[in-house]
Amino acid sequence: MALLKLTSPHAHTAQSTADVMKLVLLATIPGLVALTVFFGWGTIINVFIAAAVALICEASVMGLRKRPVMFYLKDNSALVTAVLLGLALPPLAPWWIPVVGTFFAIVIAKHLYGGLGYNPFNPAMVGYVVLLISFPVQMTAWPAPAPLYPAEIDVPGLWQSLQIVLPFFNEALTGTVSGSIDAYTAATPLDTFKHNTGLLVEQLYKKDPLFNQGSWAGIGWEWANFAFLAGGCFLLYRRVFTWHAPVAMLVSLTLCAALFYDGGSSSSHGSPLLHLLSGGTMLGAFFIVTDPVTSATSNKGRLIYGALIGILIFIIRSWGSYPDAVAFAVLLMNFAAPLIDNYTLPRTYGHKKSRKATEKKDEGP
Amino acid sequence: MADISYREITNNGLWKNNAALVQLLGLCPLLAVTGSVVNALGLGLATMVVLMGSNIVVSLIRKQVSDAVKIPAFVMIIATFTTCTELLMKAFTYELYLILGIFIPLIVTNCTILGRAEAFASKNNVSASALDGLMMGTGFGLVLLVIGTIREILGSGTLFANMHLLFGPMAENWTIQLFGDDYGFLVAVLPPGAFLVAGMLIALKNVIDDKIERRNAARRAPVVKGAKRVRTTGTVS
Repeated sequence: MALLKLTSPHAHTAQSTADVMKLVLLATIPGLVALTVFFGWGTIINVFIAAAVALICEASVMGLRKRPVMFYLKDNSALVTAVLLGLALPPLAPWWIPVVGTFFAIVIAKHLYGGLGYNPFNPAMVGYVVLLISFPVQMTAWPAPAPLYPAEIDVPGLWQSLQIVLPFFNEALTGTVSGSIDAYTAATPLDTFKHNTGLLVEQLYKKDPLFNQGSWAGIGWEWANFAFLAGGCFLLYRRVFTWHAPVAMLVSLTLCAALFYDGGSSSSHGSPLLHLLSGGTMLGAFFIVTDPVTSATSNKGRLIYGALIGILIFIIRSWGSYPDAVAFAVLLMNFAAPLIDNYTLPRTYGHKKSRKATEKKDEGP
Repeated sequence: MADISYREITNNGLWKNNAALVQLLGLCPLLAVTGSVVNALGLGLATMVVLMGSNIVVSLIRKQVSDAVKIPAFVMIIATFTTCTELLMKAFTYELYLILGIFIPLIVTNCTILGRAEAFASKNNVSASALDGLMMGTGFGLVLLVIGTIREILGSGTLFANMHLLFGPMAENWTIQLFGDDYGFLVAVLPPGAFLVAGMLIALKNVIDDKIERRNAARRAPVVKGAKRVRTTGTVS
């Protein structure tokens, strides 16, 4: 996520990797708060476990590779990977979910490919996909949004959440088997749409509390997505990344959703608003798609890269077997980023026309 | 090529030129069927039998077959042996045959076998070719076995499950349950896990080779400072 290769002339100073990563961490705070408000302490616990494991993994790999450990720990990149993964994981997942995911993200997806700046795939998304493929049951158990809890069940507090996440710890301490997460889970808006067979969209919105208590796209989810959008706008304002990839992704996703909305019949794939404001759309658009290492490099390339991710997200969400698709879409397009770069090399100043990166002949003036 | 020693053939097949780890041939079965020890062992043995048989026959007819029809003839021979193996497995290990499915007939397309027929058996005598087939097959089978073991332990937490499919009723209770009953790590059972484990094994082999090379280098006579190289070939211009 580092290597922002900036060439002269500059009107502003180039930011160091550590500063950029700090800004990204700062920008995730609204999203983290929103997720915590609506889905309980689980996300914060996830983030803490993932961050601890990421730092341990990063330090040990750097030690094994005989590189300066502190120098690389201080660039905060491992921390950003861990936080993004922690935000994407379902709250109240058992403790080993973030541990396994972070291990895969840092050790296999990042360092086995050469470390920061060399990884072709977004580490956080690799960790997420490995978990989703390996542990589909735990990875699809999202707690219900807090306002929808039935009257007789309380929203789990911090202590209770820790007991759910770390069952062995609780058993050793109190000798009782802790409550299962099953009591708290509910379908997400995208799940609901995927399994909707008989209802018109309008009826579904009226009947399902997930929608009729929310304003646009499912209670809880819409605010989490707005919070990530706000964080993303902050990063845009601070020029951590350019607008091209996220805007292209959101526009193409909107267009696809509008095209296939079909006026809200029972086989509708959901309105554009639903697709923009539920699942991991905004987290993906502003924190994953904008990763400078694994995305396309030029502005034109980023437009293509982002747009294709948006289309893939819609395709996998609508006709794939998993409810959400950001991670799969991003990984698929990470494959394609070098090819996009090859065809979108910007014209060098003073040269007549742009050329492909693989072309050897220089057509200078 | 003709005077290659048996020792060298063995070393080539098992380690130095290992079909799966160095030549990276036959990756399709390597990735597809190494989810458990029994599958890996079954396919490894079948491949070894075909490889050895085809090597022997190719070596026998190497002087009669002209270059123009060489490849089709080799493929026919390999297909014959594959069909024999398939029928044998159908007769004696029917359940394993059902599990391995399409990958048994696909032994025909395993590049290792055609590669050895072309690169070794068509140029060497029968005994050398037979040994080469045996050793290449064993080397390939061993890698399958190691990957199968690792993936079975990581993926389903068991070892030697279902071995009765290959060894009959006496292997009924060979299964070792390493972790709890509800343990499961699907990615190790799916093809990505095979890629990861195979990659780690290749890395491990390179590390070992590197260590051996360094030890040998240390053992060689140290270069005396000030000694001069003597040019033995070419002319100085």
